[in-house]
Amino acid sequence: MEFDPVLISRLQFAFVVSFHAIFPVFTIGLASYIALLEGLHFKTGNPAWAQLSRFWTKVFAVAFGMGVVSGIVMSFQFGTNWSNFSQASANFLGPILSYEVVTAFFLEAAFLGVLLFGRDKVPRGTHLFAACMVALGTFVSAFWILVANSWMHTPAGAEFRDGILHVTSWTEAIFNPSFPYRFTHMAVASFLTGSFVVAGVSAWYLLKGHKVEANKKALSMCLWMILFLAPAQAVIGDFHGLNTLEYQPTKLAAMEGNWETQSNAPLLLFALPSKDAQGNLFEVGIPNLASIILTHHADGVVPGISEASAAEQPPVSIVFWSFRAMVGIGFLMIAFGIWGLVLRLRRQLYEPGLFHRTLPFMIAAPFIAVVAGWVTTESGRAPWLVYGMVSFAEGVTPSLTGWMAVVSLIGYMAVYAVVYAAGGYYLWQVVKGGMDESEPGSDEVGAHPKRPLSGGGPIGDATPAAPLKGDWT
Amino acid sequence: MIDFTMVWAVIIAFGVIMYVLMDGFDLGVGILYPLAPDEESRDIMMNTVAPFWDGNETWLVLGGAGLLGAFPLVYSVLLPALYLGVFLLLAGLIFRGVAFEFRFKASRERKHFWSVAFAGGSAVAALAQGIVVGSYIQGYQTENMVYTGGAFDWLTPFTLLTGVGLLVGYALLGSTWIIMKTEGPVQDWAYRIAPKLLAGVLGIFLIISFWTPLVDEFVRERWMNTLSLIWLLPAGALGCAYMVLRAVRRRDEGIPFVATMGLFVFTYLGLLASKWPYVVPPDYTLYDAASAPESQAFLLVGVLFVIPVVLAYTAWTYWVFRGKVRAGEGYH
Repeated sequence: MEFDPVLISRLQFAFVVSFHAIFPVFTIGLASYIALLEGLHFKTGNPAWAQLSRFWTKVFAVAFGMGVVSGIVMSFQFGTNWSNFSQASANFLGPILSYEVVTAFFLEAAFLGVLLFGRDKVPRGTHLFAACMVALGTFVSAFWILVANSWMHTPAGAEFRDGILHVTSWTEAIFNPSFPYRFTHMAVASFLTGSFVVAGVSAWYLLKGHKVEANKKALSMCLWMILFLAPAQAVIGDFHGLNTLEYQPTKLAAMEGNWETQSNAPLLLFALPSKDAQGNLFEVGIPNLASIILTHHADGVVPGISEASAAEQPPVSIVFWSFRAMVGIGFLMIAFGIWGLVLRLRRQLYEPGLFHRTLPFMIAAPFIAVVAGWVTTESGRAPWLVYGMVSFAEGVTPSLTGWMAVVSLIGYMAVYAVVYAAGGYYLWQVVKGGMDESEPGSDEVGAHPKRPLSGGGPIGDATPAAPLKGDWT
Repeated sequence: MIDFTMVWAVIIAFGVIMYVLMDGFDLGVGILYPLAPDEESRDIMMNTVAPFWDGNETWLVLGGAGLLGAFPLVYSVLLPALYLGVFLLLAGLIFRGVAFEFRFKASRERKHFWSVAFAGGSAVAALAQGIVVGSYIQGYQTENMVYTGGAFDWLTPFTLLTGVGLLVGYALLGSTWIIMKTEGPVQDWAYRIAPKLLAGVLGIFLIISFWTPLVDEFVRERWMNTLSLIWLLPAGALGCAYMVLRAVRRRDEGIPFVATMGLFVFTYLGLLASKWPYVVPPDYTLYDAASAPESQAFLLVGVLFVIPVVLAYTAWTYWVFRGKVRAGEGYH
């Protein structure tokens, strides 16, 4: 059997980048949250903040470790599987990725050591500073990598000379047309992801009666975030979509499942797109709505997929459905924000109920949404690596054979299966182990007298290391 | 007009040796895991490197990204040429990297699994890096700036030997790091194995030195035909080796580590001097491999400002975690 190195390399990249992406998107949000908690503790001296910070730092350590190792893989994927692309685009991507390393990765790595291991070795202010630097590093990192990614979608400020891209304007290339939307969309996604994880775990702890005071605070903070950010994300996503309409109309057409350029385009809720038929085998839609959303007129013209030749069309079904998965989850998040507000107004936010039992399941939601969103935008760029400039077939490593790509793909799947299964298990162990009783900064004698924090419940409090037990009612 | 390419060659060369020295000792600690006296020593050993390993490996990422930025040809020829080897390197780094967190969270039985993962991952990564060095000495088959060789050109008896050489070298670096950062039984053990590792390094170093001119005509010419300063470099390496041995005998705590780093630096400079100016041997020099001047300049502006800051706060973190690591401390 012959394997196509281009296809296998695409699968491999999709695989390693998807597994990588779920960690940064979580740790970007969580790093800021930890910095905030450290800051609140520094300012108020309330040990509940320190307790939360200690606990979430433990979670952060595991997630960040997995993000780092899967990130090292990413920095070599371009060269191993896409060497022609690397060679062609190095004049822009090389400096951008290097800036990411020197301005972000070193910052995160060095101060992470202090954040994790230095609590008793440096003054509290310095420890807070380290937490802020880690948080800053995650954002700077997101900035550069999204510059690189956005440029591949909407290349600007560069031209081909002898088969190599040369940068003509760094400002245009860095602040390329889709960058502001993509960066904002991703930053908000990170905060939403962090919020849902912390809210889910806090709700679960409240059900168990574990460290009630601290977890009430955490739940409340996160629900405020979700209430405002989830709808904001929908608005940002809409702007991002309009940007895509302008610069990547074929991708947008695939997202809408719209084959022919037409006015009064319907918003399809369900469809079975078929590339062979160059149309949808079946569709259910709301008349005129796609035109209204995209052009603000019922008779506005929406471009069709068939504007591009069949060879230059993205995989329509994947783009169409992953987009719907992302949007669907987005609306679910908005609903949870509103539900939380209603409970808050009724003063039932901390009374264990259906809300608190469902919230832990919502932890998965932002991760699925993020991966679905990335699948939408990346598949939607197909068959281009750099939109309109370098195709997959042109970018692939010439010496790469199908079997080599298969061996490495299976290898990465095996390694990631072991590592991520273990990582998930240990994260679960950390959550199950509950929050520490021990007081941070206890070397500072008498700074904060120890007092019982939990509203009761034997769980976890007496033996912090013991797994939490309890039913789900 | 400044020669950006030359400036970049110096920066990348600096980044590579920083990586070798810094991740070298923490990979070395992993390589020595199976030889450690007991599980408690392993805990201590891991805690001596836990706050640093992430920062250390960032130099490798800088190496990758920096090459793409300044010498894209190196990136786009070496990575395809070493395709399967790169996979092994990365798989090794993944297993050892996650072991830092997982090992301390695991139950007793599983803890052993993560000790094995830490040791195995470190060893495989070190071996793979040594193989890269060997393949660089061998050279790469290219046509029109594209790799045209086979999938296993990197795997030869010569590259395996350079792989084992770096593995033992990292172990030596790890053992002297342990001498510096621990006390009691762990330190005694490290004092005992360091001379043996040093003997191993020197033995392999000697074989590679005789073998290299046979593998590569260019190096033979350079070594034999020009009576040059190049011969000072192996002499410096031997001097450092002697210092390591003497310092270990006298039970000095810091000098063995510093002298081992010197051994690495001299060997590294010897390698560079032997192949200069070829970065993708045998055909391409650093000028052939360079990216566009405006790209090199754009990156240089930032790097010249940022790298000193990076070095400063990296040094600060080493200062924060200075002194001996004792049993039961270190983990957050």
